[in-house]
Amino acid sequence: MSTPTREDVEKLVLSSLEELGAESDALNPTATFEDLDVDSLDLAELSQIVEEQYGVKLQGEDVAKLRTVEDAVNLITERAAQ
Amino acid sequence: MTRAAITGVGAVTPLGVGADALYGGWTAGRSGIVDGEGACRDFVVTDHLTKKEARRADRSSQLLLAAGDEALLQAGWGAPRAGELPYAPERIATIIGSGIGGFITLTNNHEALLQGKPVSPLAIPLLMANGPTGQIALRHGLLGPSWGTVSACAAGAHAIGSGLRELRAGTADAVVVGGTEAALVGLARAGFSAMDALSPTGQSRPFHRDRDGFVLAEGAAALVLETEEGAKARGATILGYVEGVGSSQDAHHLTAPTPDGSGASRAVVQALADAGVAAEDVDYVNAHGTGTPLNDRSETGAMRIALGDHLSSTPISSLKSAIGHTLGAAGAIEAVATIMALHGRVAPPTLNLDVPDPELDLLHVVGEPVALRETPGRAPHALSTSFGFGGHNACIVLGGAA
Repeated sequence: MSTPTREDVEKLVLSSLEELGAESDALNPTATFEDLDVDSLDLAELSQIVEEQYGVKLQGEDVAKLRTVEDAVNLITERAAQ
Repeated sequence: MTRAAITGVGAVTPLGVGADALYGGWTAGRSGIVDGEGACRDFVVTDHLTKKEARRADRSSQLLLAAGDEALLQAGWGAPRAGELPYAPERIATIIGSGIGGFITLTNNHEALLQGKPVSPLAIPLLMANGPTGQIALRHGLLGPSWGTVSACAAGAHAIGSGLRELRAGTADAVVVGGTEAALVGLARAGFSAMDALSPTGQSRPFHRDRDGFVLAEGAAALVLETEEGAKARGATILGYVEGVGSSQDAHHLTAPTPDGSGASRAVVQALADAGVAAEDVDYVNAHGTGTPLNDRSETGAMRIALGDHLSSTPISSLKSAIGHTLGAAGAIEAVATIMALHGRVAPPTLNLDVPDPELDLLHVVGEPVALRETPGRAPHALSTSFGFGGHNACIVLGGAA
């Protein structure tokens, strides 16, 4: 598995959130999860998708700290590079 | 002896989306059964829920939420979270019955597990049997007493009875009750088949001489119940009343009813006493009538014990002839249809009953709906029975509005 670029990760996160039912109009990298009505269950599902795609495991406390789409993209990109 | 006013009803059934589709279809003699199953083929989830809401609800909850929206709108409570609730949210209870819960979610996730795929974080909240109750409370912001009833095919009726008792106890001013089931899955088919409960011919023929089992179906119904005083004070249109409830247990067999119906008869007798309605004043019986050889015989015995000679002159019919058996939703769907029948002062027919079982001495309604007898000085009363595997019996007494 080659290391995904930040752009790859952002694309995956945005499309996953849309798939999970977030309003596509409001979806952008700087949007907060609160604004998107994305909650802990959504993030648990997102974590599963990310793990399946990149083999990156996001722990509960990592996810709890995320506030924006950008936060998630940064964390996933960082972990995938390790 | 306080009765509950019914101010809104909603249903999603194999006859269509909406209580009118259910009642209109049934009284017109239409069947919602296709290829031996009663699926809600007209239900389009995106007509009722956003993509996210739909993803977060098992089909059993999806059907229930649509039925609930209809019932609350009819009651004049407005759209979800529109701020139009007529009572303090803390004083509105929610009680929904289901036989199994999120059967589709359960089997899909189990399959994923067996294939080494991830199990969804939504698996548990969507498969739990109390899920539909939580979902409808969440959707409308209802904060009062709240739980699910679990008594197999009596669950919907038990939810209605429990709601009546909350109102009587004074713990709520209103309660949203109902039942739901979405169990058209391989495991359910195989399980019910293995115990010879399903009709091998795929025909729903309650009380028929050649009846050979029930037809599996899905659906949901919701009813808004309010205290009579509260409903009248706010000028609500009252569709009818839940007048009494009775429950009993056979303690006879894991699945088979008491052969003579004595177990179920105690629920019926209790319901009449609870309602303060004499057996002679029952104008229509909406039977559990599943079309299994055992149920229909036992139910006839129960009615004979509870109503005596009056049974012979009381029209009886089974909605399951038109939609199949919706398990935990059945009692609620049948209550909706019965209230509408009382409103129209008719007894709808049992479909497919060309040759009634001569051993069941009942006054069947065949073909067209028949007018209820005149009831000078009072509104008509109906019984609706529900019996579940496990020996659970429930009976509710429903009354017309005028």
